[in-house]
Amino acid sequence: MKFVSLVWCNLRRKKLRTWLTILSVFVAFVLFGLLCALKEAFTAGVAVAGADRLIARHKVSLIMLLPESYSRRMRQIPGVDSAVHFTWFNGIYQDDARNFFASMPISDPEEFLKIFPEYVLPESARKEWMATRTGAIVGRSLAGRFGWKVGDQVPLKSPIWPRKGGGAWEFKIVGIYEGAKRATDTSGFYFRYDYFDEARMRGEGEVGWYAIRVADPDQAERVASALDAEFVNSPFETKTEPEGAFAQGFAQQIGDIGTMLIAILSAVFFTILLVAGNTMAQAVRERTEELGLLKAVGFTNGLVLVLVLAESTLIAMAGGLTGLGAAWLITAGGSPMPSVLPVFYLPPHLLLVGLGMIFGLGLIAGLLPALDAMRLRIAVALRRQA
Amino acid sequence: MDVSQQPLVRLEGVEKSFQRGSEQIHVLANLSLQVGRGEFLALMGPSGSGKSTLLNLVGGLDRPTAGAVEIDGERIDQLSERQLAAWRARHVGLVFQFYNLLPMLNAERNVELPLLLTHLSRGERREHVRVALEVVGLSHRTRHYPRTLSGGEQQRVGIARAIVNDPTLLLCDEPTGDLDRKTGDEILTLLQALNRDQGKTIIMVTHDPHASARATRTLYLEKGQFSTEKPE
Ligand SMILES: Nc1ncnc2c1ncn2[C@@H]1O[C@H](COP(=O)(O)OP(=O)(O)OP(=O)(O)O)[C@@H](O)[C@H]1O
Ligand SMILES: [Mg+2]
Repeated sequence: MKFVSLVWCNLRRKKLRTWLTILSVFVAFVLFGLLCALKEAFTAGVAVAGADRLIARHKVSLIMLLPESYSRRMRQIPGVDSAVHFTWFNGIYQDDARNFFASMPISDPEEFLKIFPEYVLPESARKEWMATRTGAIVGRSLAGRFGWKVGDQVPLKSPIWPRKGGGAWEFKIVGIYEGAKRATDTSGFYFRYDYFDEARMRGEGEVGWYAIRVADPDQAERVASALDAEFVNSPFETKTEPEGAFAQGFAQQIGDIGTMLIAILSAVFFTILLVAGNTMAQAVRERTEELGLLKAVGFTNGLVLVLVLAESTLIAMAGGLTGLGAAWLITAGGSPMPSVLPVFYLPPHLLLVGLGMIFGLGLIAGLLPALDAMRLRIAVALRRQA
Repeated sequence: MDVSQQPLVRLEGVEKSFQRGSEQIHVLANLSLQVGRGEFLALMGPSGSGKSTLLNLVGGLDRPTAGAVEIDGERIDQLSERQLAAWRARHVGLVFQFYNLLPMLNAERNVELPLLLTHLSRGERREHVRVALEVVGLSHRTRHYPRTLSGGEQQRVGIARAIVNDPTLLLCDEPTGDLDRKTGDEILTLLQALNRDQGKTIIMVTHDPHASARATRTLYLEKGQFSTEKPE
């Protein structure tokens, strides 16, 4: 402990340099935090994907539709527990294209909630949904975004699905669902297919994709093949895959985000390593006589090494901890673009990775200068002044 | 033989050479020296004769190429780096021409430096520092930083740092070399008092005959050898 003030006074020596170094470390770790949240946002779907869920879509493309009648045939395939279908609705609130979110009709509220247990809905809301033809449930974050409450009437327009007779689709919010896990997306808007199918101007009986729950997750592969085999040689062939793969495919349409983020982060940290390393190298070089003096009065080589490493670690911690903290605060404020990134937070395990990187940075940046300081010969160091 | 009868410093056949590029520079050759307890030895000689080099060997700051360096019965040339560092902390005080104070620490903290390596508590360290600064007559400047002190005051801080561990041996390399005559005299008076009243054994390198006059013995180093007569 008594050496701490020794390290501290060295940091104060060139205040501007110390501050600039701390600032660059700070910026790097804010960036790290935000990029981690971004990566999490893009991969959240994969991470929370149910192991027991399959997604079946049109073999050619996700945007091509499938017949509604597949539900019944799917349920008859051995190993299939239940199936629910979705159709991309693209609802827009208040005629403003920015008020966009994931909205879709689902075939059966009961089945839907069974297949997606991570959407937690109060029992009363569920009953209300069963009883209300125009009923819709919305996720907590979406409800928060527009200030919707249970009982609200919400008109949405869909550029894809015009309503018979024109005008907006009218929905009544019957419930607000919570996410069972932190990474659960609560930005969805789900409503009943029967209302949708009856009132849409065209496309009757056509739906977007199916989510299927298998009885035994270990059999998922086999069931997926059986499903695709069932519809082979029909005009609507399917492609069935585990939900995780589906979500990943979705994310990859935007580009290989993970690789890109890692590349950016590597560049950032390489740069910051050079900045911090250079600061430490200078700090040691301009203190040659002082280090020589410390050794002359009996400081061991090992102690001198530790003092220099402590100094660089302190710089890394000052910038890194505040940077991570700032990133955490920013992400805690919620997603900057809820429509594009519904899930946006800094996961605790990446926070730990960040901590590790702070210490790694401090030690690596300080290592070469510290070794120089350690190897410094007293007689030579003291001669420099004479 | 009674330990107190032994010389405190004993050099036997000491050689020191430096490698400079491909060239080997022999600075000290087969040098022997004994310094008794309580002596105040002045070391003179032309620039480059190896005075500082010799002082470094005695203080355990460097190792001889050959020969034995024995301080208080201990062969310090045979100690490991780590042992040597611990030995320096306990047994020698060093005083430099340019004081070598740490600019970021005030007088008190500079003096405290060697004590950081001991097991003394904060309070005990503070007390030792207070006494050392009092001995050198700087009790009124304890919180001053080196740049706000005069040369003579800085050298007093340097001396306080050298004696704070209560070492038996003080090694001073041109302690008055950077001071005017009057201030230098004050420093010499201080060293003399330390030698006389506290029984410190002192080896002082100097170019100034005025300074060497204060010592109990003077040796001249030239071409790697000692003589007691000032060479022409
Ligand atoms: N680390 C070193 N590497 C190479 N040569 C050295 C080294 N230290 C000292 N020397 C050489 O050894 C010789 C003696 O140096 P030293 O510093 O001991 O002389 P000095 O008597 O103290 O001189 P001055 O009165 O100028 O201080 C010089 O020629 C010097 O260049
Ligand atoms: Mg010298």
